[in-house]
Amino acid sequence: MRGALASGRRLGTLAGLFGLCVLLWALTPHFLTVANLLNVLEQTAINAVIAAGMTFVIVSGGIDLSVGSLVAVAGVVLAAALHRSMPIAVALAASLGVGVGFGLLNGVAITWGRLPPFIATLGMMSIARGCALLFTEGRPVSGFDPAFRSVATAKLAAIPAPVFVTVGVYLLAHFVLSATRFGRYVYSMGGNEEATRLSGVNVRLHKTLVYGVSGLASAVAAVLLTARLNSAQPIAGIMYELDAIAATVIGGTSLMGGEGGLGGTIIGALIMGVLRNGLNLLGVSSFVQQIVIGLVIVVAVLIDTMLKSRKT
Amino acid sequence: MATPSPSVPLLQMQRISKQFPGVRALDDVSFDLERGEVHVLLGENGAGKSTLMKILSGACGRDAGEILIDGRAVALQSPRDAQALGISTIYQEFNLVPHLSAAANIFLGREPLHGAGVINRRTLLAGAGALLRGLGTRIDPAARVGDLSVAEQQMVEVAKALSIDARILIMDEPTSALTESEIDELFAAIARLTARGVAVIYISHRMEELARVGRRATVMRDGRTVATRALPCPIPELVRLMANRDIAHHFPPPTRTRGVPILQIERLSRPPKLHDVSFTLHRGEILGVAGLLGAGRTELARAIFGADQPDGGCVRLEGRPLRLRAPSDAIRAGIGLVPEDRKRHGFVPGQSVAANLALPQLRRLCRGGVIDRARERSLARRWIDELRIKTAGPSARVLTLSGGNQQKVVLGKWLAAGADVLIVDEPTRGIDVAAKMEIYQLLDRLAGRGAGILMISSELPEVLGMSDRILVMHQGRLQAVLDAREATQERVLHAALGLAS
Ligand SMILES: Nc1ncnc2c1ncn2[C@@H]1O[C@H](COP(=O)(O)OP(=O)(O)OP(=O)(O)O)[C@@H](O)[C@H]1O
Ligand SMILES: [Mg+2]
Repeated sequence: MRGALASGRRLGTLAGLFGLCVLLWALTPHFLTVANLLNVLEQTAINAVIAAGMTFVIVSGGIDLSVGSLVAVAGVVLAAALHRSMPIAVALAASLGVGVGFGLLNGVAITWGRLPPFIATLGMMSIARGCALLFTEGRPVSGFDPAFRSVATAKLAAIPAPVFVTVGVYLLAHFVLSATRFGRYVYSMGGNEEATRLSGVNVRLHKTLVYGVSGLASAVAAVLLTARLNSAQPIAGIMYELDAIAATVIGGTSLMGGEGGLGGTIIGALIMGVLRNGLNLLGVSSFVQQIVIGLVIVVAVLIDTMLKSRKT
Repeated sequence: MATPSPSVPLLQMQRISKQFPGVRALDDVSFDLERGEVHVLLGENGAGKSTLMKILSGACGRDAGEILIDGRAVALQSPRDAQALGISTIYQEFNLVPHLSAAANIFLGREPLHGAGVINRRTLLAGAGALLRGLGTRIDPAARVGDLSVAEQQMVEVAKALSIDARILIMDEPTSALTESEIDELFAAIARLTARGVAVIYISHRMEELARVGRRATVMRDGRTVATRALPCPIPELVRLMANRDIAHHFPPPTRTRGVPILQIERLSRPPKLHDVSFTLHRGEILGVAGLLGAGRTELARAIFGADQPDGGCVRLEGRPLRLRAPSDAIRAGIGLVPEDRKRHGFVPGQSVAANLALPQLRRLCRGGVIDRARERSLARRWIDELRIKTAGPSARVLTLSGGNQQKVVLGKWLAAGADVLIVDEPTRGIDVAAKMEIYQLLDRLAGRGAGILMISSELPEVLGMSDRILVMHQGRLQAVLDAREATQERVLHAALGLAS
């Protein structure tokens, strides 16, 4: 029954995405070209990957505001490692390690430090940003080996590599969240933390891991971003947390925790991506774009809440 | 307002129906209520009692049927409508704001003001204090509700309902967590109300108290009303009407035998609620724990389970001292706890029955960190059958279950865990008579297989009927240890009041 409800909700989001596409197609013929659609997918990849991590956090009943800064810090570490001509694998490991490490620090501050997630990750947002700026003395680190750049530039059957990365991330994340013990604990903690603790679950440990997952997702996004721009910027990723949270909640994951999933989040991320792309094609000014996107987020969540309250 | 003719009942609910996804909760139910009467509503878990009352209190919509007050049809679509009609409700699952004080909860929405919207705190506290003392409790009106025990919260709910000037008072299991002395106070308060003409609808699974409070009883079964009887009425007859079969209304003969000590508690302390408690639990033994509200029984259970850290003392399992930093340590050692407060501590409401039953033993149901769904479902099926949990299926969310069935899920998850030491805190709260007897048998069988069971209960008949020995607590201390053969209601109460035996 729950599955039916959840997938009913997901169908609604999917219908929203479809409607948006039809609308844009009517407004601008250029929207529905293969080249443009692939472009949308490529541009959605980074937000989608971050939002996958964010979904873990929000389902567990928390929030992670530091993801954008973690993208920056993981990006500059990656770039510095590549510039010191370390093997690509080592550089990637260093970058992902930094993402996970900062994420776990968030988790520790929240569980052992008993800080509210909002505060802990708000602090980390500033700390990680500062680290990235300090590490690079505020300058971008640019110019990499084509072998590394192929992470973003390679294509298979015309489909850009980041799309494959995103699909891989979602398949793995969906498996972890829906089939493993860890994933079950993420839902339980979000649904009733105290009952979960009294069922013998090590809540501190698993909650800390959740923020590690989010940090990992940010680092993967940092790799994609650095390869695409051929540059790592210490000021990269500003406001990314908002897009990731928006994709997650548009996808039907409740900010109260305990409910939701990655199937919704990927649709949410696509809605955000399509919307941005369409507004650009229509030549809507970036100021107006902000207003439109803000409205879409609010209306999407409003519809969701209204549907939910009608059910009881 | 025209004066209603006295022959018309105060309230008539006619041909009410309500369908939930997959469940017909109410099917053409009619019910009426006279002025000044206490009308008892009976039925097995999931029979539809709470749903009928939620419709009357405007908390839940109806698909069909009419509600008449003083013979006139009323719209009744929202809790505000109900309030305006003078209907006040104590819900089975409390409706209290945990971060507010008891006083603020009691007067929520009706706060005494200085004027200009400023709350008059002194009047608020004084008014709440008077109400709570009038019910014979010593609850501090300034205490945060989230810090109160279930029984204390129940008393706050009662005080809140009484403070509203109601014509119809709905009480959905108001005594499920209360001990005898609080129940006496509650009944006295009900008598004062009915003398003023207030009508009360009273739901309870504690059959012994029905005749003391009610004038009529209506029995529901599977979403229909099956009979209305004048009270007193023989309990076996009411039980047969509820269950539609003969139920042994007595405790099962024990099949267990007492073995070696398994759990030793030595001078366990956690001031101010727990002082210097020592006792031994044996294999194959059911050790009852009795006491009044606030005697420290739940605190004892939580300290043994590692849910709260004791300040002093020691817990030994088979002679070895345990280090209990968290419940996970206790569970690894083979200790389980069925918590008193099922809504806050017992289950994850948004998750399925299967997921909740599996939660404490998820490790066992996994291979390489991946949940084996087939095993999870078969575990769920087994306990749904064993405990007769009324649910649309293993994947129904626990929040859609009736209160008693939620309690069965909480019990089931720990019975399934197969603990060596099982602490059960009010194990049958909200569970119907027939299911209670089955749970007693399950507990006996568990003890028969060598487990030790510590059973905290506010229902004296349950403690007397099930225990081999009885610990009686008073103000956080162990007041007496009685052998079941020598224990009587009077002796237990005597000790619970702190009087020397
Ligand atoms: N929100 C809901 N969604 C789906 N089913 C529900 C919902 N609320 C109640 N039900 C179902 O309606 C039936 C009646 O439930 P109700 O809570 O009225 O029982 P009850 O008689 O109060 O039982 P108890 O003695 O256990 O409190 C049950 O089968 C229950 O599962
Ligand atoms: Mg009920």
